[in-house]
Amino acid sequence: MRRLLFLAPVVVFAGVVLAFAFGLRHDPSVLPSTLIGKPVPAFALPPVRPGDGGLASGQLTSGGGPRLLNAFASWCVSCRIEHPLLLALKAQGVPIDGLDWKDKAADGARYLVQQGDPYQRVGNDESGRVGIDLGVAGVPETFLVDGQGRVRYKQVGPITPDDWTRTIQPLMERLRRE
Amino acid sequence: MTPEIGQLALSLALMLALVQAGTLLIGAWRVDPSLMAVGRTAASLQLIFVALAFVCLAACYVDGDYSVRLVAEHSNRAQPLIYRLGATWGSHEGSMLLWVLILSVYGCAVAAFGGSLRETLQARVVGAQGVVGAAFIGFLVFTSNPFIRLWPAPLDGAELNPILQDPGLVFHPPVLYLGYVGLSIAFSFAIAALLEGRVDSNWGRWVRPWVLAAWIFLTIGITMGSVWSYYTLGWGGWWFWDPVENASLMPWLLATALLHSCLVLEKRGALVSWTLLLAILTFSMSLVGTFLVRSGVLTSVHAFAIDAQRGVYILGIVAVLTGAALGLYAWRAPALKTGSLFGLVSKEYAITVNNLFLAAATATVFLGTFYPVFAEVFNGDKISVGPPYYSLTFAPIFMLLFVLVSFGPMLNWKRDQVVAMLRRLRLPALAAGAALVLAIAMFGVRHIMAAIGFALGAWLLVGAGIVLTRRWRLGEEGRSGLSRRIRSTPLGVWGLAFAHAGLGVTTLGITAMAGWQSNLVTSMVPGQSVVIAGKHVTLADLREVEGPNYQAGQASFRVDTLGGPRLMVSERRLFPASQTTTTQAAINVGALGNIYISVGERAPDGGVVVRLWNHPLVNFIWGGAFLMAFGGAVSLADRRLRVAVIARAPRPSAAPAPVLP
Repeated sequence: MRRLLFLAPVVVFAGVVLAFAFGLRHDPSVLPSTLIGKPVPAFALPPVRPGDGGLASGQLTSGGGPRLLNAFASWCVSCRIEHPLLLALKAQGVPIDGLDWKDKAADGARYLVQQGDPYQRVGNDESGRVGIDLGVAGVPETFLVDGQGRVRYKQVGPITPDDWTRTIQPLMERLRRE
Repeated sequence: MTPEIGQLALSLALMLALVQAGTLLIGAWRVDPSLMAVGRTAASLQLIFVALAFVCLAACYVDGDYSVRLVAEHSNRAQPLIYRLGATWGSHEGSMLLWVLILSVYGCAVAAFGGSLRETLQARVVGAQGVVGAAFIGFLVFTSNPFIRLWPAPLDGAELNPILQDPGLVFHPPVLYLGYVGLSIAFSFAIAALLEGRVDSNWGRWVRPWVLAAWIFLTIGITMGSVWSYYTLGWGGWWFWDPVENASLMPWLLATALLHSCLVLEKRGALVSWTLLLAILTFSMSLVGTFLVRSGVLTSVHAFAIDAQRGVYILGIVAVLTGAALGLYAWRAPALKTGSLFGLVSKEYAITVNNLFLAAATATVFLGTFYPVFAEVFNGDKISVGPPYYSLTFAPIFMLLFVLVSFGPMLNWKRDQVVAMLRRLRLPALAAGAALVLAIAMFGVRHIMAAIGFALGAWLLVGAGIVLTRRWRLGEEGRSGLSRRIRSTPLGVWGLAFAHAGLGVTTLGITAMAGWQSNLVTSMVPGQSVVIAGKHVTLADLREVEGPNYQAGQASFRVDTLGGPRLMVSERRLFPASQTTTTQAAINVGALGNIYISVGERAPDGGVVVRLWNHPLVNFIWGGAFLMAFGGAVSLADRRLRVAVIARAPRPSAAPAPVLP
């Protein structure tokens, strides 16, 4: 009995190490979005590209397959890093909509002309009001929206090729099959 | 060339640490004096080579050798020399090298100055130290090599995080590490004792100065960190319950417990297996803290760059070192002789209860710190706990502990009388009661918690005072012998009184800050005045200034104090190399509290956003902590004397000791 008491510390410690090992596999800086599983909040935004229809939440929820909603801005440095990947995804046929966040529409349009335009629809959120509803803390951020218009995944910061092949693409495939 | 020399020195140090561990542990097992002598030499050589590697890295920083990746990432030409030197330990790799350097300094110190120890015990201590050293030098060499070159080499480096460009960087990490890593000696002593299968009061006498020294450094290091974050983070808090602060608090709490239980072991030969367990756990907390900072398992303001491979390696080190130690403990400790018995009313019992409270306090901090990890394991939630958790769990435990503090020194060893004890404590009790009544009368029942805090402060301060007056036997005999009795008071008793009084001073500061801190956010234009805590603060001037590697918007304030008007300057600094802004707070330091101003962005109307705080008695918090460390140092001075006396006495190993089957 007395011996068991002396064994307790090493047993408890083994449990702690297991928990730590588990914790190492998770990145604590990833904050879950409260929107996950919930429909995209309602919004209607003016266009960025002159003469185009802008972006409204209804267009995201009107059926069709899963799509990406990418928040960006012309002043954002990491968006420029992410941009080539978005263009490559467009070339693969991945549907992407854009949210031009805290940016003037003219600046956003010039950015798309200079850097290339990966978006099917783009809305301008100059006041950042829609960004607040979506929980955008900074750009770039990307939401994966399913066919029913629900947010299924949120990426904070630029999407790296790794994020795409390991996380977003498999999830998109699964949603497409659902 | 320099980085290659450093690299080579580090690799040699790894070999030497392995030699040190192997020869000493095997030598002690076979009782082979020549093998043990080889090991002791290896310990000294290991220190020399780690120090050489460290000097090489520092030289790369001072020279500005930007072909070394670490140097290019953490310093540039514009940075002042002192911060280029400080940047040596401003990165993950560099600070790990400092960690290892301090570890080998301690190991070598036991090898060199532990002459009064039993030779096999000394060999096992230094051998265990070699195992820890090999693990961490291996960590550096295999996952965090500080000497990696860049090709092509950049002409100039990036920048050390501007928040770190502060005198705090130069002193805080080395002092903190001296404490953190110093606890490895207690760990190694525990391992050695378990391997030997014998622990006696001499063990307590040998290990206590090392624990005390580490505790002093840890106390100063934590306090310096608190002061640094107070003036540099720009919102005037002194403790944030940040995971990394907790990582230094947990070893401190356990080291405090260990200091006291070693005393019981030394004087009474009791609490043997508990003290060994504490010695293991205390250093394990240092290891866990290192894991926490460097693995990215939790987010923190202090966290270094995150790297999964490093996290796995360091978790491996923690698991193997602590796991092996606790396994050894489970195997060997039950057979150790149990110490002498003591009554319910005795110094031993008071210290045992103190230990339980400190251990419970550590457990609450541990749980709070790692709650996000545990919560995710059990239900996948992302939750972390903040100050409300600690004020509900940690604070009550500590308040009860503070009540206990003044009992210990007033009790006799082995057995004491309740009535006699209470009579001895009547002065602190009176002082606490008076403080409580006075505080309620002055501030009302609304501030009852503050009143309790002041009462505890008075209890601790007077409780510390009577340690001395009881020794001097004031009022019992004539005045004639008094000065002789004061002069003959051992330094250890002085140290005890200072340390416990320091706790009281800190308590007063925390209480005042918790009860009466106030702040004000406003926009000001030059010439405008505001009133905070009854003091007039006027924005005198706004101007742009140029620093060595930053531009600053400077705001000067005039504050009217009792000693006449004083000038206060707060700056918002932009470091162009890394595009970061830092805030340099303006602090008007006073005995009764500080006025703290931090200046924000310029407003469009030509004014500026200003945050002002009144921090009553905040300096008591750090003053008390430094007083505690001072008490420790005074006590250590006494200790050295007594250890020297033991060294002159014949080696105590002649006494028969129980040997394990």
